[in-house]
Amino acid sequence: MTDLIWLAVALPLLGAILNGAIAVARPTWKSAVSFIGVGTLVAAFAVAVMVALEAARGDGAATTVHLWRWMPVTERLNIDLALVVDRLSVVMLLVITGVGSLIHLFSVGYMRADAGYARYFAYLNLFVAFMLVLVLGASLPVSFIGWEGVGLCSYLLIGFWFDDKANADAGKKAFLANRIGDFGVLIAMFMLWWHVGTLDFGAIAERAPALLPLGGTVVTAITLFLFLGCTGKSAQIPLFVWLPDAMAGPTPVSALIHAATMVTAGVFLVVRMGVLFTMSPVTQLVVTLTGALTAFLAATIALRQYDIKKVLAYSTVSQLGYMFIGVGTGAYTAGIFHLVTHAFFKALLFLGAGSVIHAMHHAQHAAHSELDGQDMRNMGGLRRAMPWTFLLMGLATLAIAGVPPFAGFFSKDEILAAAFARGEVSPVYLASWALGLAAALMTAFYMARLMAMTFMGRFRGGDAMQPHLHDAPWIMTGPLVVLGILSVTGGGLNLPAFAGGSHFLEHWLEPVLRPVTALAMPLAHPHGMTEFLLLGGAIAAAVIGLAAGIRLTLARPVALPADQPPERGLARLLAAKYHIDEIYDFLVVRPLMWFSTRVLWKGIDQFIVDRIAVGGIARVTQGLGWLGSRLQNGQVAFYVAMFAVGAVIILRTLAR
Amino acid sequence: MLLGPSLALSAVLFAIGVAGVLIRRNAIVLFMCIELMLNAVNLTFIALAQVHGMSGQIMVFFVMTVAAAEAAVGLAIILAIFRHTQTVDLTQLNLLKG
Repeated sequence: MTDLIWLAVALPLLGAILNGAIAVARPTWKSAVSFIGVGTLVAAFAVAVMVALEAARGDGAATTVHLWRWMPVTERLNIDLALVVDRLSVVMLLVITGVGSLIHLFSVGYMRADAGYARYFAYLNLFVAFMLVLVLGASLPVSFIGWEGVGLCSYLLIGFWFDDKANADAGKKAFLANRIGDFGVLIAMFMLWWHVGTLDFGAIAERAPALLPLGGTVVTAITLFLFLGCTGKSAQIPLFVWLPDAMAGPTPVSALIHAATMVTAGVFLVVRMGVLFTMSPVTQLVVTLTGALTAFLAATIALRQYDIKKVLAYSTVSQLGYMFIGVGTGAYTAGIFHLVTHAFFKALLFLGAGSVIHAMHHAQHAAHSELDGQDMRNMGGLRRAMPWTFLLMGLATLAIAGVPPFAGFFSKDEILAAAFARGEVSPVYLASWALGLAAALMTAFYMARLMAMTFMGRFRGGDAMQPHLHDAPWIMTGPLVVLGILSVTGGGLNLPAFAGGSHFLEHWLEPVLRPVTALAMPLAHPHGMTEFLLLGGAIAAAVIGLAAGIRLTLARPVALPADQPPERGLARLLAAKYHIDEIYDFLVVRPLMWFSTRVLWKGIDQFIVDRIAVGGIARVTQGLGWLGSRLQNGQVAFYVAMFAVGAVIILRTLAR
Repeated sequence: MLLGPSLALSAVLFAIGVAGVLIRRNAIVLFMCIELMLNAVNLTFIALAQVHGMSGQIMVFFVMTVAAAEAAVGLAIILAIFRHTQTVDLTQLNLLKG
């Protein structure tokens, strides 16, 4: 069965091709599109489950499936198109195809009325195919195909409604920010090839410890360049700015690509390259601190956003920061654990938000209202109209806030505990723990604020809309229910000893992480009193945050967007997202535009290339031609004279 | 014998031929000047045949044959040009001027 792993990639790819063909030829065949789009994904999920079952029976050794020789360059550099099935890729495989299937199903309801239905599913299937290549790739170049491919699909789907320029711009922004990161990955690949002589994941883990000095400049440079790629793909400081804008795409896209799967690719890459990252303490510090700062910063911005998707977007950035704290401290299992639980509850939150937006748009349409259907200030009191969505999003909120025994509690706690434990090594880890804890408090706060503004109180969108608000149809609510169950129980995946669990995920990933654990200092897990104090702190942060969020939001009536008093001080800074977009615009975009326009375009292209090089050659040729044409005067006598002079010269030369 | 005077005469004839080609405008005269140059060369061949053997004289027959053919073709061309332009003045025939 493992040999058939290529099916998991080929099926969504086939779906993408078929749906693409339908999008071009017969865009109105929506039922065929739904059948192909969802069907291929469910089939891929079935393949994933069977592969996972087989992996569970085995001893955890990685199986590499060679498909064909891709780049036979030299004797030393032969790159095969090979897929690797180990316990790490199986986890990702299940999450991507599982959550992906649910989101595809949701999309059937959400996008039903859209004219670009077939195109949407073609892109979405293509995304899943590339994402699977990314996680299944047995070497960096193969994974890089997926890495670039998901970036492309992300661009296509953010700009899905491209007739609005803002959406197209958001797509371009995402693509460009990712390109900066991709450049880092490419440099890292070149350096790896030069210093280690292989790009195969397994071979790198095997050879790197012997070939590269521990903590040396080379391994630090390689890992920092890789991490640059991760900051692009996984939206960390300094490249996180694209993710909030990516909310321009359809909401299921935000759930699948910009919350559950693609943005976690960076975390996955760090774990895949765990050996290299463990070899460089400097990089580990950088990763942890970047994660912690991102988690904190994004959480503060989320406190003052009013667009329901923007809150969730910054929340995603913040949660990705947590994952990087985890993998940065060397707690790779904790990072993957949070990746999985986050995929459940964040997908649920986004799909829930999608249901709310769907209901709002529906009601707006019925009532001919021009309100902003994503602004939480126009919502309120939706719990009566949408009880299912309220209940399920409530569960997800408890999960992300870290209330026991929901999924997020265990994964977040494990990350924070790891950071705290590494505090003995460097105070930076301790600072990261503190930032993480503060971010946890704010996470609970902004999620409670979101729930209170959206679902509690009184509906603020006007009486005309109210009767038209209702829960989404079952094809949309069904996936939400499944994700809800997973959000509640997902913590069971790696239940710690104090909760009666057996650290299943840790044992599951143990064979994959064996080369890493051989290198790293054993992480001292906090025990006894410390452990319970840490737990208490995390729970207190969650509960205080939730309570404060609800109390403060409901304390006074929420102002409509038009009546919003101007914000002052810190609140204004947060609402403006620290002006980071403006700063980047001033420091990067404008100098680049100036340089491109004045120097590259007007200077080099128009002046040097066009005028001097191309124009110059034309002028010189024209001049020589003019000289030559003077000789062609039509007088035979002149020609003969020239001929005679020439003959005399030749004869003189020969006679000498 | 008389090698020196013969060569000198042929040089003079050739120079006259060249000068005629360069200076005269009438195509017929020009044509005659070319014939003059050919005959100057013939004279050189015959003069030098006394020193180098008979091959020079054989060469003269070839030249005379080619000159006859050339005269036929050349006069035909000149006739054609005259029919076309009503002149054989070479300064008027400058269609290819650059």
